Amino acid sequence: MVNETLMKFEVKNLNVHYGNLQVLKDVTISVQKNEILGVIGPANSGKTSFLRVLNRLIDLTPDVRVKGEICLDGKNTYAKMNAEEVRKRVGMVFALPQPLPLSIFDNVAYGPRRHGQHNSGKLTEIVERSLKAAFLWDEVKDRLSASGMKLSGGQQQRLCIARTLAVEPEVILYDEPCSGLDPISTAKVEEAMFVLKEKYTQILVTNNVKQAARVGDRVAFFLMGELVEIDQADRIFTAPRDKRTDDYVTGRFG
Amino acid sequence: MKISPQTREKIAFLFLGIATCLVLIPVFMIIFILMEKGAQAISWEFLTAKPRMGMRAGGIFPAIIGTVYLVLGTVAAALPLGLFAAIYLVEYAKGNWLTRMIEVAIVNLAGVPSVVYGLFGMGLFVIFMKLDASILAGSLTLAIMILPVIITASREALSTVPQSFREVSLALGVSKWQTIWHVVLPNAISGILTGTILGVSRAAGETAPILFTAAAFYLPKLPQSIFDQCMALPYHLYVLSTQVPNVNPKIQYGTALVLVGLVFFTNLVAIIIRARFRAGKQW
Repeated sequence: MVNETLMKFEVKNLNVHYGNLQVLKDVTISVQKNEILGVIGPANSGKTSFLRVLNRLIDLTPDVRVKGEICLDGKNTYAKMNAEEVRKRVGMVFALPQPLPLSIFDNVAYGPRRHGQHNSGKLTEIVERSLKAAFLWDEVKDRLSASGMKLSGGQQQRLCIARTLAVEPEVILYDEPCSGLDPISTAKVEEAMFVLKEKYTQILVTNNVKQAARVGDRVAFFLMGELVEIDQADRIFTAPRDKRTDDYVTGRFG
Repeated sequence: MKISPQTREKIAFLFLGIATCLVLIPVFMIIFILMEKGAQAISWEFLTAKPRMGMRAGGIFPAIIGTVYLVLGTVAAALPLGLFAAIYLVEYAKGNWLTRMIEVAIVNLAGVPSVVYGLFGMGLFVIFMKLDASILAGSLTLAIMILPVIITASREALSTVPQSFREVSLALGVSKWQTIWHVVLPNAISGILTGTILGVSRAAGETAPILFTAAAFYLPKLPQSIFDQCMALPYHLYVLSTQVPNVNPKIQYGTALVLVGLVFFTNLVAIIIRARFRAGKQW
């Protein structure tokens, strides 16, 4: 029982099909509270699909079939919750920074407003707290009414993190959040992730094996829709059990 | 003799340029002729007074106001209907046989000649629904006529809103309808308005659809409600040109000038509104 309360997500026998194409094969995995789980794997390994199952954004894909049991805090996300509830608790940061065509303030306030928060004092407070948590506050505090689209790529991505934090999720999913960013911006995003560990469970899908090693507590390796291996980050990179993992992390793949 | 690629390119550009400029010629000629022959007719009295002496003198105010009423009624009926249909088609409809049928119907609706709309409107609104010839019946007929334009333009506008905007909003736990209302529509509104105005300027100039459903030859007083008949500029012009003998051509050209001016003015308003919405949006 003690062990169970530590689990944020428990996924059992997850199978996902797009039409006739199976993208996830019998994946069983659990995610612990307050950990950063790195998810690595080559293209088409199913890692992004796995992420989109967790917040049910995959429901938007036409002809998708999701089978298996996905529980968030022990509650089945498909049988016992509606998609809006799941997505509010499980936020997502996308590969490309996607600010809405609104001001910085309105971008961050967008989620809380839609969830019924219209008190301007409260909104100001939420925006400031979220931007601080995403390490963006100092850079934008004097121009909150400027367009979010005028920021640099790295700032935009941190704005997206702030926007996700503003609805107070419990889990944050990152889908290759640094794929379009320079090393300095990447470092800032990673720094934010480290600090956010205190309050949030984070899952990071990345193409960058080194990034998974830097920030991940545990790392999962996906290949062709299968979960090959999941272990502590240092073990995955120094002593993997599966030869395929070893080949991938050392760059000898294919 | 061989022609070098650079010369070929120059020749190609020349023809492309000429083709483009040819588009301008009819526009400028129409404006020029109307201005030349109709401008003298325009006066305060012409714009604000009723026709006199069997429409051979006086003004065209009842026709102007009738056209304005018809256009407003058309927008009021067609914009919500067309917009809702477009939202359904873009955001909710699945790609099944029903959706394809609707798409075919819209395309065909756009190809129906306007006189057929006139007769259809007479049959449905004037006779069957007993609205008589009225602003209401005329507006509804015009609305059906411009629905395909509005639906097509709105669909286009909604589709160009990046899918990622929707995903961002949905990923925050925002409902689909809220996402459409707060993210998709604000970013599509300029395209929707443009489509609507294009449809409206067509509606403003059409004669056939209102011939049997709304337009009156001559009315001694202005319409008092949407159930009254009205005069309308395009029909008035038709009457002046073919039905009334010995009309001073100045009045005919003046009427045409006012009609074209009204349509241009509407388009101008659309462009201004669109520019306002566009400012501050870039992706």
